[in-house]
Amino acid sequence: MLSRTADNLYWLSRYIERAEYLARILDATQRLTALPLAYVGTSNEWESTVLTAGCAAGFYKVHKEATEDTVTDFLTFSSDNPSSIRFCLELARANARAVRTALTKEMWDAINGTWLELKRYGNGLSSREEFSRFLRWVQESSLRFDGSAYRTMLRNDAYWFSRLGVYVERADNTARILDVKYHLLLPDNERVGGALDYFQWSAILRSVSALTAYHWVYRDSVKPWLVADLLILREEMPRSLNSCYEAIMRNLDSIAGAYGRQGPAQRQAREIRNRLQNSRMDGIFQRGLHEFLGEFITDNNQLATAIAEQFLL
Amino acid sequence: MIAAYDEMNGRGGCVRRVYAPLAQWLKEIPADVLDYRRREAELIFQRIGITFAVYGEKESQERLIPFDIIPRILSGSEWRLLEKGLTQRVRALNAFIRDVYGKREILRAGVVPQDLVFRNPAFRPEMSGLRIPHDIYVHIAGIDVVRVDADSFYVLEDNVRTPSGVSYMLENREIMMRLFPELFSRHRIAPVENYPDELLATLKSVSPYSASREPTVVLLTPGVFNSAYYEHTFLADKLGVELVEGRDLFVKDEIVYMRTTQGPRRVDVIYRRLDDDFLDPLTFRPDSSLGVPGLMSAYQAGNVTLANAVGTGIADDKAVYSFMPDIINFYMGEEPILKNVSTWRCREPEHLQYVLGRLEELVVKEVHGSGGYGMLVGPAETKAAIEQFSVKLKSAPANFIAQPTLALSTCPTCVDAGIAPRHVDLRPFVLIGKDRTCIVPGGLTRVALKQGSLVVNSSQGGGTKDTWVLDG
Repeated sequence: MLSRTADNLYWLSRYIERAEYLARILDATQRLTALPLAYVGTSNEWESTVLTAGCAAGFYKVHKEATEDTVTDFLTFSSDNPSSIRFCLELARANARAVRTALTKEMWDAINGTWLELKRYGNGLSSREEFSRFLRWVQESSLRFDGSAYRTMLRNDAYWFSRLGVYVERADNTARILDVKYHLLLPDNERVGGALDYFQWSAILRSVSALTAYHWVYRDSVKPWLVADLLILREEMPRSLNSCYEAIMRNLDSIAGAYGRQGPAQRQAREIRNRLQNSRMDGIFQRGLHEFLGEFITDNNQLATAIAEQFLL
Repeated sequence: MIAAYDEMNGRGGCVRRVYAPLAQWLKEIPADVLDYRRREAELIFQRIGITFAVYGEKESQERLIPFDIIPRILSGSEWRLLEKGLTQRVRALNAFIRDVYGKREILRAGVVPQDLVFRNPAFRPEMSGLRIPHDIYVHIAGIDVVRVDADSFYVLEDNVRTPSGVSYMLENREIMMRLFPELFSRHRIAPVENYPDELLATLKSVSPYSASREPTVVLLTPGVFNSAYYEHTFLADKLGVELVEGRDLFVKDEIVYMRTTQGPRRVDVIYRRLDDDFLDPLTFRPDSSLGVPGLMSAYQAGNVTLANAVGTGIADDKAVYSFMPDIINFYMGEEPILKNVSTWRCREPEHLQYVLGRLEELVVKEVHGSGGYGMLVGPAETKAAIEQFSVKLKSAPANFIAQPTLALSTCPTCVDAGIAPRHVDLRPFVLIGKDRTCIVPGGLTRVALKQGSLVVNSSQGGGTKDTWVLDG
């Protein structure tokens, strides 16, 4: 297939995934800030939301302070933010339009419908009710798109490249949210913070839609090191780093199989995957969770570059 | 102006045989049902995203072309006449273009004036003396035909550069079949759905001699901002070929390649929907970022086929159009089957004099114009507008031709007030390959939705209809 087509499919998936992630962290933050200070501490949640969204540099160029108003606007509709939800959805649709022939009718309907609906929201949201409706809608749109891709696409390179986009983006998002909150996840934190952090951990789980999953996996109350374990190593957790890399590997292998040759992207992904598989949580904590996540984010970005160089340019 | 010929009711107000089942059906169907289906059709078009772009503001970037749900019907015998006439015409056009870039016999014989060719902006000196694969220049032609009475069809325009609209022909039929199964059960309608297969066979048949047995065909689009982008994606999808932009292609050692996820892959035939000017910045407009540097060198080396060929625009010219009867006669030794509208070439002083005196009854068009822009429909204009136009005409007479205002035939059409006659034209699509010519029965019927209007172009508020060719 055309490199440009693969590139568009890959980015289409990435933008949709990113839009959903932004909606989820906004949702989680809103819940946190609705709790009494005694439950969550005095840290500025909106500040850490900007960090989690990975757009702090851009944000502080236009805003002095992270407040509910400035952050929600910046992450949803702002035209100052090149990765606001609105831009993500618009870019997703622009990519979709450029490769219409590679999409199934259902995928096109999903993304085009989302875009038409987005225009109804105009330039912003007028009330809190509308805001939470909007966040739910973004998540539903992403599910609809993802579901239609999963159910209707031929299992060929077009599908594999679009899945690569999903998982590279998802791995980045999960690693980022963990990294911003890593200090809350250290094992000795329980003694320091105690139950105070319980809602913070829940918020992390909620923002990657893993709260219920957590209980099913551990049948235990929310403990920080288990949260880290779930989101980094657990393969059955679809947003964990390990699970993302299992999927990245699977899709890259399918491409290599169809094309009859391996390349740097396959080799790099396999290294990262092996490292994750051979890790234990206590080892990660000993080496430093923050360092581990930082390295992972760098590796994941390098893999994205390798994929681009090998296939998309 | 004479009253228009109505394709359903003829001149006598009595329903023509070919329209009888439709007329009966229109009588039976309740108005609200018809209205409901009409809105349904609109929704479908919107959902599929069948749009055309209007250049300019973001909000108006994508628009729908109105679709009229009442089909336009041609009888089998009418179609056979059209088919013969179109085939003759497109063969003559091919012969003319080959000659203009080859031996130039028609110029030496003085049938067509030399300066009309050599001074034409669409003339490409790069093509002179160049042999292209299979000697075919026009592979896809869209010939605009109008009807003025029971058996007079006129050709209004030849589109032999990159004619568009065929996606509407195909989509209109699909939507009609979905919305009106009961209407289809009353008729036997010639299918159009084989067009993409015919197009692909045509394109493959003209691949360069150096190509492999299974030539690689691609469709070259200017990109998402082009007004016909939807059609490009639609056709690429139906053809099962890659939809490429200039940046997806590159030329090495006079061979064209596309960039794929598996490395470079050779391209043999390019169905290009990009104008000559933008094809190759090394040969034509240097500021074009839409084209492929070096494409012309590969073309000149005979390693790639461009469909249509470079330089065919010469035959789109409306002053050249006025010579078509002579051109057909010169190459085919036949009288033209389809009529040409009598045309005054304003470049000739006597013609200009005549035209200036009768602007209020003539249609004046730019020789290189298209899309219904920049034309004057005398009978529909105010005195002031005509006055203004005559200044423009006098300042550059060679840019214009004039024709009598034809009373285009009308067809019943859904409008706000119910069903009313509206003027229509027809663009059938002619495919010419190696040893094959194909015209899918039907074409794109365009309808001027405004009462009395004769301008059917979508950029000027025109809509489209499904076109049926019936047995018999």
